[in-house]
Amino acid sequence: MSGHSYDAENYWKANLRLIVGSLVVWALVSYGFAILLRPMLAGIPVGGTDLGFWFAQQGSILTFIALIFHYAWRMNKIDEKFGVHEE
Amino acid sequence: MSQFAINIMFVGGSFLLYILIAIWAKAGTTKDFYVAGGGVHPVTNGMAIGADWMSAASFISMAGLIAAGGYANSTFLMGWTGGYVLLAMLLAPYLRKFGKFTVPEFIGDRFYSKNARLVAVVCLIVASVTYVIGQMAGAGVAFSRFLEVDSTMGLMIAAIVVFIYAVLGGMKGITYTQVAQYCVLIIAYTIPAVFISLQLTDTALPAIGLFSTHVDSGVPLLTKLNEVITDLGFNEYTADVDNKLNMVLFTLSLMIGTAGLPHVIIRFFTVPKVADARWSAGWALVFIAILYLTAPAVASMARLNLMTTIYPDGTSAEAIQYEDRPNWIREWEVTGLIQFTDKNEDGRIQLYNESPAFEAEANARGWKGNELVVNRDILVLANPEIANLPGWVIGLIAAGGLAAALSTAAGLLLAISSAVSHDLIKGAINPKITEKGELMAARISMAVAIVVATWLGANPPGFAAQVVALAFGIAAASLFPALMMGIFSKRVNNTGAIAGMLTGLGFTLTYIFVYKGWLFIPGTNNLPDTPENWVLGISPLSIGAVGAIVNFTVAFLVSNATEEPPVEIQELVESVRYPRGAGQAQDH
Repeated sequence: MSGHSYDAENYWKANLRLIVGSLVVWALVSYGFAILLRPMLAGIPVGGTDLGFWFAQQGSILTFIALIFHYAWRMNKIDEKFGVHEE
Repeated sequence: MSQFAINIMFVGGSFLLYILIAIWAKAGTTKDFYVAGGGVHPVTNGMAIGADWMSAASFISMAGLIAAGGYANSTFLMGWTGGYVLLAMLLAPYLRKFGKFTVPEFIGDRFYSKNARLVAVVCLIVASVTYVIGQMAGAGVAFSRFLEVDSTMGLMIAAIVVFIYAVLGGMKGITYTQVAQYCVLIIAYTIPAVFISLQLTDTALPAIGLFSTHVDSGVPLLTKLNEVITDLGFNEYTADVDNKLNMVLFTLSLMIGTAGLPHVIIRFFTVPKVADARWSAGWALVFIAILYLTAPAVASMARLNLMTTIYPDGTSAEAIQYEDRPNWIREWEVTGLIQFTDKNEDGRIQLYNESPAFEAEANARGWKGNELVVNRDILVLANPEIANLPGWVIGLIAAGGLAAALSTAAGLLLAISSAVSHDLIKGAINPKITEKGELMAARISMAVAIVVATWLGANPPGFAAQVVALAFGIAAASLFPALMMGIFSKRVNNTGAIAGMLTGLGFTLTYIFVYKGWLFIPGTNNLPDTPENWVLGISPLSIGAVGAIVNFTVAFLVSNATEEPPVEIQELVESVRYPRGAGQAQDH
């Protein structure tokens, strides 16, 4: 029992680590760069406005896509590593 | 050919296509009806989620709100995409592993309680019906314009069409219909945007055009737009906002709500594997992003085009004569969604912001108030006409807007009907109901939901996207926390989950109803819905995020004060966490 549940525990921890890392980026680009930290990025011009505006209207969306595909790809690898993937 | 005939051709043609697909894929069994037999490819599923997800709010209403609010309304863009990150990581794979038909079913099993399941049904119905109100309002606007009828008649037509194919199809019919609808709506949204982007910035990709140089003035498009609208007393388009708390909470509310909406979640039950559920979320967001990256460009370009239409010789020159107004203004006036009153009786259309700061200039120019009121929900639909695009583009956008509204309404009705027939009737009232009886109950509940939503959609508590935002707040405060705790905590028990859902839902609904009217009935609100009256400046649209925090807190506190969940429930939680490990973990 211990061998298997030890592995299961590590699998879940690996998943949680990946989720937390992804959500930090998720929050940083949207709540950070696009909203709260926008004044800090005001000095970086992007086509008639600033980088914060770009993150609010485009940058965050592009980051979200990258985050999900990265998660799906890493997680499917982790599934295989711990032998919990589907047939 | 008249514009009316072209509209009929596009709208009629696309509808015929959907109905044919619905008949071809007619649901045979209850499993087909709810989850399409579980055999949908992640890319196909992603596209169907895209159509399901992008509703009248995204298609018809959102760009209009961004055009009016500028940077401040970027919340819609981030909120309605960022939720997919939460879905992909926190819910979709585990709920797929759990492998049941409906969201309340998961909540009922995980919290080992029929009452939990019933509370989830209530949360689901409240959120979904609110959402459908927004769709009906949007579809009503589109039908009334393109069929040249008044808005009530437009709403009735919308209700009948939604009913017909939602009832015919079920999930299997809807999945393939929605793939077709995605194609129609995305083509309809992007083609006019490409034309307009080329006209204004000489750039074919609208998303790039947004940050490019405005051809006529030689300065960046956004700089030009800022100049034009500040000349007329409006805030800068790109201006930062003061109330960041509200902006953060609103975005959070939309994100959490996205992940908590049952009609999106049930989509993840239709992929064959857990790994596919993760990919599905990614593909869905790709398909959604095609519209969401175009929308802010549509918003700013339409706003600029509107201003140049009214002030063809620049903002310091005279506005156009009412008699010389373009045809699209005439046609939208018929629907009552554009209204002109010549307050200073000079025969010209003065469009400006009646702010105290601008009063002196307005007086100096002999203006006696803003004279043109444009309903924000018409901007996207009127966009091709404002830019003088050919008639077929206008017909196309009509078909696209209706595809968006109807596909989502159908998906929501399906979620409502499965909650009623499967969770409420089969799960609680009459477990012995036959498959046939269950299907009948599903169809009757769809009909009831449509009638209620149509009735409330005649006087919606806001623009389509705002009504939909309320639905998200409700889902965020009630269902998402229960689902997430059900997967990520083994400690949260039945009492805690029920208490959490009830307080989250109750708190959020109360806050919304105080400002928007009880049960959204106009005139029954206790306080005027203006920023000065909001607690800490938090709008009713943003309160869902706070409701979610209330839900989590109550659930944890109550659970810790009561007994642990039984061992078999803790094992169930273990099992949903591992794509395959479930059986093995229980063997020990």
